[in-house]
Amino acid sequence: MTARSAVALWAPGLSVAAGLLLLIGVALGALLSIESGSTAVAPLMGLIRDDYVWAVLRFALVQASLSALLSVGLAIPAARALSRRPDLPGRWVIVRLMGLPMVIPVIVGTFGIIAVYGRGGWVNDGLAALGLPFRIDLYGLQGILIAHVFFNLPFATRILLQGWAGIPAESWRLAEQLGLRGVPLFRQVEWPMLRQVLPGLAGLVFLICFTSFAIVLMVGGGPPNATLEVAIYQALRFDFDLVRVSALSLLQVAVCLAVVLALAAISRPMPVDLGLDRPICRHDGGALHSRVIDALAIGFALLILIPPLLALGIDAAGGPWARTLSDPGLWAAVGRSVSVALASGALALALGLGIILTSRAVKIRLRRRGLAEALESMGIVAFVLPPLVLGAGLFVLLRGVADVFAIGLGLVVVVNALMGLPFVIRIVGPAADRALATQGRLADSLGMAGLSRFRLVDWPVLRRPIGLGLALATALSIGDFSVIALFGTQDTQTLPMLLYRLMGAYRLDQAAIVGLVLITLCLTFFLVIERGVGGRRRD
Amino acid sequence: MVSGGAAVTDRVPVIALEAVRFDYEAMHMRFDLTADAGEMIAVIGPSGAGKSTLLNLIAGFEPALSGTLRLAGRNHTRTAPAARPVTTLFQEMNLFPHLSVGRNVGLGIDPRLRLSAADIEQVAAALARVGLAGKQDRLPGQLSGGERQRAALARSLVRDRPILLLDEPFAALDPPLRRQMVRLVRELQAERTLTVLLVTHQLDELAGMDPRTLFVDDGRITADDRLSHLAAEHPVPAVAGFFASASRPA
Repeated sequence: MTARSAVALWAPGLSVAAGLLLLIGVALGALLSIESGSTAVAPLMGLIRDDYVWAVLRFALVQASLSALLSVGLAIPAARALSRRPDLPGRWVIVRLMGLPMVIPVIVGTFGIIAVYGRGGWVNDGLAALGLPFRIDLYGLQGILIAHVFFNLPFATRILLQGWAGIPAESWRLAEQLGLRGVPLFRQVEWPMLRQVLPGLAGLVFLICFTSFAIVLMVGGGPPNATLEVAIYQALRFDFDLVRVSALSLLQVAVCLAVVLALAAISRPMPVDLGLDRPICRHDGGALHSRVIDALAIGFALLILIPPLLALGIDAAGGPWARTLSDPGLWAAVGRSVSVALASGALALALGLGIILTSRAVKIRLRRRGLAEALESMGIVAFVLPPLVLGAGLFVLLRGVADVFAIGLGLVVVVNALMGLPFVIRIVGPAADRALATQGRLADSLGMAGLSRFRLVDWPVLRRPIGLGLALATALSIGDFSVIALFGTQDTQTLPMLLYRLMGAYRLDQAAIVGLVLITLCLTFFLVIERGVGGRRRD
Repeated sequence: MVSGGAAVTDRVPVIALEAVRFDYEAMHMRFDLTADAGEMIAVIGPSGAGKSTLLNLIAGFEPALSGTLRLAGRNHTRTAPAARPVTTLFQEMNLFPHLSVGRNVGLGIDPRLRLSAADIEQVAAALARVGLAGKQDRLPGQLSGGERQRAALARSLVRDRPILLLDEPFAALDPPLRRQMVRLVRELQAERTLTVLLVTHQLDELAGMDPRTLFVDDGRITADDRLSHLAAEHPVPAVAGFFASASRPA
C-alpha cells in the first residue's frame, strides 16, 4: 500500500473516532473535575452520601425492567399472531402502524397518551359518564409504563416478526410432518429462535427506557419518580447542584456501559430494517382457541397504539387553528427545528460515512474484522453517554468560556447527530461492506479512485441506505426533546420545546395543533429525504 | 393416525396422483403418477421445474388445487402432513439444532417427547442401523453433514411410514459419501419395502443402478422410464438436452 492510499484508508475513520473520543473525554473530564478542580473525589463522595441519587437509581432500574418485561412480553404473542396469519385482512396496515412509534416524536406520543389516560382524558371521561366512582391516575409508575409500552411494544413486535421470518421453512415442514402442535411446536421451533433474539431485544428496550427523558418528565409524577436523565436535568436547570449533576452522570454512564457491554457479549446484531416481513409456512392457527388468543394479542397491541394517535388528531381538529398558525413564534420554532435537524442529520451522515469508509476497508482489504468492529462501535457513543449526560458535560465545560444558552442550538446539533449516528452505521454499513466486497477488485483493476469512484461505484448501491439513514437521523432530530430542555430559552425554542411549554401552561388545544404540525413535519422530512436522496424504488 | 403400509396389497399403488394441480407464480403444474410398494424412483429435471413441488404435494406441505391424491390406498388429498404415510428428508435442517440426536429421533415416536424405556431402546437400535450407534447424546452441530442425514434416516425408521421422499438430501456431501448414503437408502428400502422418491441433480448418485426415473419439466412429468433409456438418445428434446449438459465435464 502506498503512503497516499494508506492515508485515504485511515484518515476518515480515525479523524471521526478521534473527534468522538475527544468529545467524550472533555465531557466526562468536565463532570469529574467539578468543584475540586482536578480530582474526581468530590462527585464520587457526593454520590455515596446522596440518598436522593440512590432513590432515583432504584426507581429507574425498576421502571426500566418492568417496561422491558411488559413491552417484550406483550410483543411475543402479537408478533406470533401476525406471523402466522399472513392473510389477515388489513395486516399490512397493522404492520405499518407498528412502525410509526419509531418516527413519531416522543413528546407528541406522550401528549396523545395524556389525552387518553390523563385527568381530563377519554378514559376518565368515560368512567365519569358511566357514573363509576373511581378514576385512574396517570402520573407515576403506571403512566411511565403505559408510555413506554406505547413506544416499545410496536418496535419489539417488528423485531420479533423478523425473528419469526428467519425460522427456516424446513423447520415448519418437519414439525408439521412429525405432528408437532401447540406446546411442542412452540418449544421445538419458536422458543429456540426467541432464546436467541429476546436477550438482545429486552436489553435494548431496557436501555431505551432506562435513559428515557421526555416521557418520565411529563408523566413521572415528580421526585423521586425519575430517570437519571430527568434528575440531571432538574439538578442542573432548577437546583444548579453541579456535584449532584456530576454524580448522577457518572452513575448513568456506569450503568449504560455495563448494559452495553452485557448486550455485546450476549447478543448478535439486530438488523435495523424498516421494510421486512416475509410470510412463513405454517398451518396451525385454525383452532378456535388460537384464533381467540391471536385476536386478543393483536387487538391489545392496537388498543395501546391507536387511541393516543386518534386523540391527538381529534383534539387538534377542534383547536384554535387560526390563532395557533398565525403565531409567528410557531413558525420561528419550525424554522429552528428544521435547521437543527438538517444540520444534525447531515453531521450524523458525515460522521457515519467517515467511520464506514475506513471500517469497511479495514474489514475487507486488511482483513482485520476486530479492528473494524471496534471502530464501528464508536458509533454507539450515545448509548453510553445519553443526551443529558453529554449535554451536562458540555454545559459544565463551556459555562466559563461562552454563553451556553446563546450557542445552545449548536450543542443540540452535535448531541442529536450522535443520537442519529448508530442508525446511519447500522443501515449504511452492511451495504457499504457488500459494495466493496463485490465490486472492489473490479474498480481497483480499472484504476478508479477518489470522488469519481464514489460517484460511479458506491453511490448507485449506497443511495438507498444513505437516504434511509439520513431520513431517520433527521426525523429523530426534528422531534427530539431532550438536550434542548437544558439549553433552550424563549429565544431558541424548537417545536418540541414549544409543545412542552404549551402543555405546561395547560393550553392543550393549541398544543394538539403544534403536535400535529410536528408529526407532519417529521413524516414529511422522512419521506422527502428517503425518496429524494434514495431515489425511487426500482421494483 | 396412519399405519396403512402393511395392509396394502401389491395391487393397490402406494402413490397415486390423478390430475393433481398446483400453481406456483406463473407456472401451472399438473401431475399424474402411480408408484408401487418397494419402488425406488429417481426424479430429475432442470431447476425450478417442479421437482420439489411434486414431493411437497405428496407430503401435504402444499395443498393441491384440484385432482385426487391417494396414498397407501386412502384418499389423502386434503389431509394434514402428519396424517400422511410419508417421511421427508430435506437437503438440510432435518434436525432441530437444540435437541440431541436421540431426542431428534425420538420426536418420530412421540411429538411431545414422552419416551418410554422401550422407545429409547428403539431409538438406539435405529441409530445403530444407520451407523450412529452410541451417538444419541450428541448435538446435531457436533456431527458431520453425512451423519446428520443418517440421523434423519434413523428417525424415518422409527416413524415407519411406507413412503420416503428425499429432496436432494445428499447434495451437500462429496461424491463417495453420496453414493454410500444412496446405498444405505437402498438397503433400508429393501428391508422395509419402502416406496422411495429421490430428487437429485447429481446423476453419479445413481451409479450402478438403473432406477425408474421421472423427468420433470415445466410443471409436468414429461418422461417416465428407466434411467438408461432416458440417457440414451431420447425423443423428447428437453430430456436429451438435459443429459447432454449433465454429462459435460464440470
